[in-house]
Amino acid sequence: MEHYLVAMGVTAGLYAVMALGMNVIWGMAGLINLGMVGFFAVGAYTSGLLTLKFGWPIPAGIVAGAAMGGLVGVLVALITVRLRGDYLAIVTLGFAETMRIVMSNELWIANGTDGLSGIPGPFRQALGPHLFNLMFLGIVVAATTILFFLFERLSHAPFGRVLRGIREDEQVVQVAGKNVIMFKVKAFAVGTAALGMAGALYGHFTSYIAPDLFAPLLTLYVKLSLLAGGLGNNVGAIVGAVLVVFFLESTRFVIPYIPEISAVQGAALREILIAGALLLVLRVRARGLIPEKIANVPLPDRPHAALSAKS
Amino acid sequence: MEALQLIVNGLMAGTILAIPAIGLTTLFAVLRFTNFALASHMTIGAFAGFVANTSLGLPVIPSLLAAFVIAGLVGWLSDEFMLKPLRATGFITTAIGSIALTIALENIVRFIFGNAMRGYNLPLRRDWVIHDIRVSPQQAENLVIAVVVMALLFAFLTLTRTGKAMRAVADNPMLAAIKGINADMVARLVSFVGMGLAGLGGMLIGLDTTIDPLVGFKTILSVFAAAVVGGLGSIPGAVVGALVIGVGEELSLLVLTPAYRTAVGFIAILLVLTFRPRGILGQRAY
Repeated sequence: MEHYLVAMGVTAGLYAVMALGMNVIWGMAGLINLGMVGFFAVGAYTSGLLTLKFGWPIPAGIVAGAAMGGLVGVLVALITVRLRGDYLAIVTLGFAETMRIVMSNELWIANGTDGLSGIPGPFRQALGPHLFNLMFLGIVVAATTILFFLFERLSHAPFGRVLRGIREDEQVVQVAGKNVIMFKVKAFAVGTAALGMAGALYGHFTSYIAPDLFAPLLTLYVKLSLLAGGLGNNVGAIVGAVLVVFFLESTRFVIPYIPEISAVQGAALREILIAGALLLVLRVRARGLIPEKIANVPLPDRPHAALSAKS
Repeated sequence: MEALQLIVNGLMAGTILAIPAIGLTTLFAVLRFTNFALASHMTIGAFAGFVANTSLGLPVIPSLLAAFVIAGLVGWLSDEFMLKPLRATGFITTAIGSIALTIALENIVRFIFGNAMRGYNLPLRRDWVIHDIRVSPQQAENLVIAVVVMALLFAFLTLTRTGKAMRAVADNPMLAAIKGINADMVARLVSFVGMGLAGLGGMLIGLDTTIDPLVGFKTILSVFAAAVVGGLGSIPGAVVGALVIGVGEELSLLVLTPAYRTAVGFIAILLVLTFRPRGILGQRAY
């Protein structure tokens, strides 16, 4: 049981890292990114390949994973950032799917659908499985904490204010003389680098990655984390991630008690519950458990402001 | 010769693809958000038609009608109760809501029918061979059905009062409201027709191969590519885009392995958005 809780903690930490990254793109800059899982995969594969095939040390692999995630993020952003949000939604979703197709079919990169196995973890042999998980929990918690303080700084810095300005009204920011496109690309770079880092950590933790693991459902989990915790808010991102992992894992325990249900039905029911939870959160409390604090400037209602900005 | 065969296949696939692409573009034109729930409605249509065809023993045409009606009803109800309340909070929330909705609906289908691949109950027929070009009678029939459906839709949109009202709301919602058009009614009708077309398209695609709960998700990228290439919001654009994507996906087989077919749609989206962001026949993309 303790074993299980530690592994669950690592998952929660990885979700928190992803949620923090998504918060920069979506929460602060208001940009939609439905291809989150694609950047996660880029990081996982980069670090996995570098450490496994080229013998890089693990920390270097993780840094490279984050850098590659950010680089691909910049590329996707440069192509799409001038476009309206609905197009951004389609392109990012398509990006993640295309990544999955490429990794499934190009056997020479990473064995296709068989995936990469035996990705090294730090001191995995020396520590044994239990201590290894415990140590990895420490690494993930440290990574989450560092990112949290970093992004918290970023959020209060002029950079974060400009991003929130873009989210609320792009034109106003442009009139203020800011290069909106540059800021959007930077937001993507920072956010996708965090996603890449989460992917790299994931690979070193489980020692196995395959294209099937990078399904769009993961994007949904992280979105649910952010929305539940409070969009635009770094504390909310972490709280939401912990809640979502707890919720996901508890469905795993509850479903087998339902009589006469097959494995496929159980899995389907789990996904229905998660999607239903997301719809519910969107419907009931679009601002999350810990709503973003907006400085004491009287603002009109958010939904209303969003509407008038769109038309 | 091989290329010619691929072009013929592509044109037939493209005509079928045009049906859900029209559904998507109509939904977008009126409701102003990218509705990813289209994927699950294609699956729902395919399975509704499957039940009508195999359990009730209906022939193909009435089964297609069942696919249209059931997917349309689910589309209308899910929009009314799930997505409509989200629309006021902006399109990002709605688009994400539509993804959650599509995963929920797809899994409801999976819960009922399981993951197994299923096929429709169709008479076995020999392929026609005309000058070395192979065409299966089912494909030809699907092509005719798709063209008839499109003709009916065009007639509906241009000749009837309701159709004109739909176009008016798409064109200028405020002006339409001033003229006394009930935008809510039009939104409901568009949800029904758009998702109905998705369901019909899902079954048409399934008739050619097999169906499983992922049938919609596997084609959604091609459908979006068709709508974007043609220009999001334009119905003739969706048809042109679907033909381009259909032929493009088939011709890609000359140089790529079949697994990359869906990647063709993505590349087409990128190319079009880079060089002609409003699509072949559509509106501004930014």
